[in-house]
Amino acid sequence: MAEDADRKEVAEKRRHRLFKYLRKEVLPTAFCPGCGCGIVLNCYAHAVDELQLDPNDIVAVTGIGCSSWIPSPYFLGDTLHTTHGRPIPFATGVKVMQPDKTVVVIAGDGDLIGIGGNHLIHAARRNIDIKVFLVNNLIYGMTGGQLAPTTPLGISTTTSPHGNVEHPFEIAELVAAAGASYVARWTTYHVFPLMESMQKALTKKGFCFLEIRSQCPISYGRRVGQRTGSEALQEYKESSVRIEDAAEMSPEELEGKIIIGKLIEREKEEFTGNLRKLNVELRTKKTGRSPEEWSLS
Amino acid sequence: MKGNDKIRREYLSRFANRSYFMQGDESVAYGSLYAGCDFFAGYPITPASEVAEVMSAELPRVDGYYIQMEDELASLSAVIGAVWAGAKGMTATSGPGFSLMQENIGYAVMTETPCVIVNVQRSGPSTGQATKPAQGDIMQARWGTHGDHEIIALAPNSVQECFELAIEAFNLSEEYRTPVIILMDGEVGHMREKIIMPPLDKVKIRERKLATGDELLFGGELIPPMAEFGVGRFIHVTGSTHKESGIRDVESQQAHHTLVTRLCKKIADNRDRIIRFEENHLEDADFVVISYGATARPAAGAVLRARGEGKKIGMLRLITIWPFPESKVRELGARVKKIFVPEMNLGQLSREIERFVKCEVIPIPKIGGIAHTIDEIYSALKGEV
Amino acid sequence: MIEIDEELCKGCGICVDFCPLKVFETSDKINSRGYYPPLPVKEKDCVGCRLCELLCPEFSIIIINE
Ligand SMILES: Cc1ncc(C[n+]2csc(CCOP(=O)(O)OP(=O)(O)O)c2C)c(N)n1
Ligand code: SF4
Ligand code: SF4
Ligand code: SF4
Ligand SMILES: [Mg+2]
Repeated sequence: MAEDADRKEVAEKRRHRLFKYLRKEVLPTAFCPGCGCGIVLNCYAHAVDELQLDPNDIVAVTGIGCSSWIPSPYFLGDTLHTTHGRPIPFATGVKVMQPDKTVVVIAGDGDLIGIGGNHLIHAARRNIDIKVFLVNNLIYGMTGGQLAPTTPLGISTTTSPHGNVEHPFEIAELVAAAGASYVARWTTYHVFPLMESMQKALTKKGFCFLEIRSQCPISYGRRVGQRTGSEALQEYKESSVRIEDAAEMSPEELEGKIIIGKLIEREKEEFTGNLRKLNVELRTKKTGRSPEEWSLS
Repeated sequence: MKGNDKIRREYLSRFANRSYFMQGDESVAYGSLYAGCDFFAGYPITPASEVAEVMSAELPRVDGYYIQMEDELASLSAVIGAVWAGAKGMTATSGPGFSLMQENIGYAVMTETPCVIVNVQRSGPSTGQATKPAQGDIMQARWGTHGDHEIIALAPNSVQECFELAIEAFNLSEEYRTPVIILMDGEVGHMREKIIMPPLDKVKIRERKLATGDELLFGGELIPPMAEFGVGRFIHVTGSTHKESGIRDVESQQAHHTLVTRLCKKIADNRDRIIRFEENHLEDADFVVISYGATARPAAGAVLRARGEGKKIGMLRLITIWPFPESKVRELGARVKKIFVPEMNLGQLSREIERFVKCEVIPIPKIGGIAHTIDEIYSALKGEV
Repeated sequence: MIEIDEELCKGCGICVDFCPLKVFETSDKINSRGYYPPLPVKEKDCVGCRLCELLCPEFSIIIINE
């Protein structure tokens, strides 16, 4: 009995460490049972706990969708829950004014690559020091399972009842090509590398991007014969291929596979640093247009 | 005081008491710098690009930040983000970009984010006469974003007034924790006039009211204090209906009612403190011209000419468009015979005036990118007074 | 050691399905929200890999490795 109480106490302490980063009064989450959003939330809490970040040094910015609920309301810390598709430009404003904070964006595929896709590639191009974790469940989950720009060809959704005739985005590849400092893709099955990758992204300077393939058993899984979270995780386990191995495989062999791992890691000048450098330089240097052009007196 | 305040004061001191010859767009930018604006995000568009041009040149010199975003949705998004991180932020655009900003204007209203949006109006709908002036966004400014809300919009009619209203816009936005729109028109934006910039210490600046303890940030009083990210408040900002703590509460009818009525009330109950207008020859007037922005200039000329002929006509120039000066207009409507409303649209403000008066309201509309002349307004008045 | 907060659990079964040592079984006792939490019936076999802790979407499982 005494031993039992001890165990409980130790467990509570551990949980408490994770909950330091969460608004625990709103747990359990509002996510459907087996939803990948909860796994992403869990991995994030473990990642920040490993890094021992001060929650006060993190600003979380998010958009609209189930995945956007991962930071809001669950993260404890300053939280900006924005309009659909716009968390990255909101986060840009935050980061420019408070460059010492870790600015994290977590949102869905519909939000970040659908309606907000343009912001994503531009932020990668600028290489602004924002951490973006895109939860790709291949669907518009919150609104009940409509076609997303990530939905695979042929899949029927509530707005592609006869089967999807569009090709989906390869998001991680796109963001890597757009100029990000760090890009990786994992699934909610690969929790250990995902957690490590989150830590890498949280500590590396520049635009760091994770595409996280995640399950939506309710709005997507049902349509493809994966009624539970477990069934989706089983698929991720079986059909994921490490990027190093994928390099040796033909396009036919890669059909239907999820390529996981790090796509890119590079050193590049960071946007807010460049802005600050400019301000310091201008204190001693005269360049550009000046009001003297209009002066009358 | 902000970290960059010393640099800003030092830099701006060079302008004090000197006169310049510049455009309205440029002047509104300098007014913003005087008001303490240290963040600008925008996207180029005629006839507003000069605002961004000045800001890109000057903001780094006052240790502020200029960013050119990928579109106007991103621009206002970045401004709101920057404000929650401590900035005084603004953006500038024209009709097409203003349309793109509407969703986030609602977000700024709902989250009580002070910020300034300059709309140098151009001829629409759509791309219209891209470069040419208009006053066609009077109603878009009022009702462009969805849902019940109040808005503040100011309309300068000279280059000097662009400077002054920029400061006023920032002050109002801080005072009422709300977005403020400067409704310029292409005419005022591109007109060149002499302006005199005051010494910075002669300018009244309303600083942000920040929470000092653990006050509620989204309720508790009509205009709650704000807090900025990074001070340990764990602020939750959302455009969804929220409780006074900021935490989302979208199911409760009561929560929504309480929030939205307070947001409206904080503007509506302070109408008299917000609203500004200019009266000319109204004491004896049987007829009145109501106008605003660039159109108020030829309108004033036409009124003077008619008075020269002994007509009892006066003029009301609106400086504040929204909230609408309904009590002033109501009072005038009860004692004059006719109200004339020249404006560079097909009668947007004149319809609003009709809601508050029983006398005849005669619109003098003009569209097509060319401002009214004195002659045109005068001849419209002539047969009627 | 495995500690389960049964009240946080949503009975998704992920822990039951993915523990490499099949430590869990689904309990037949329902929690207050109407879900069936896992029971660590073969706790002795647990190697403390923490896979279940990280895979749980609800922070329900904590693994304590001495
Ligand atoms: C401007 C706008 N358009 C549409 C919507 C409706 N909407 C809400 S969430 C959503 C899709 C979210 O999809 P995703 O980002 O993938 O999140 P998920 O729910 O799948 O996690 C849409 C279309 C909205 N809120 N705002
Ligand atoms: S609808 Fe899908 S994404 Fe949303 S909570 Fe449910 S399972 Fe998760
Ligand atoms: S994974 Fe978590 S939520 Fe799912 S059944 Fe196991 S303990 Fe419950
Ligand atoms: S720690 Fe590993 S072995 Fe132990 S119960 Fe969890 S998954 Fe199974
Ligand atoms: Mg989605």
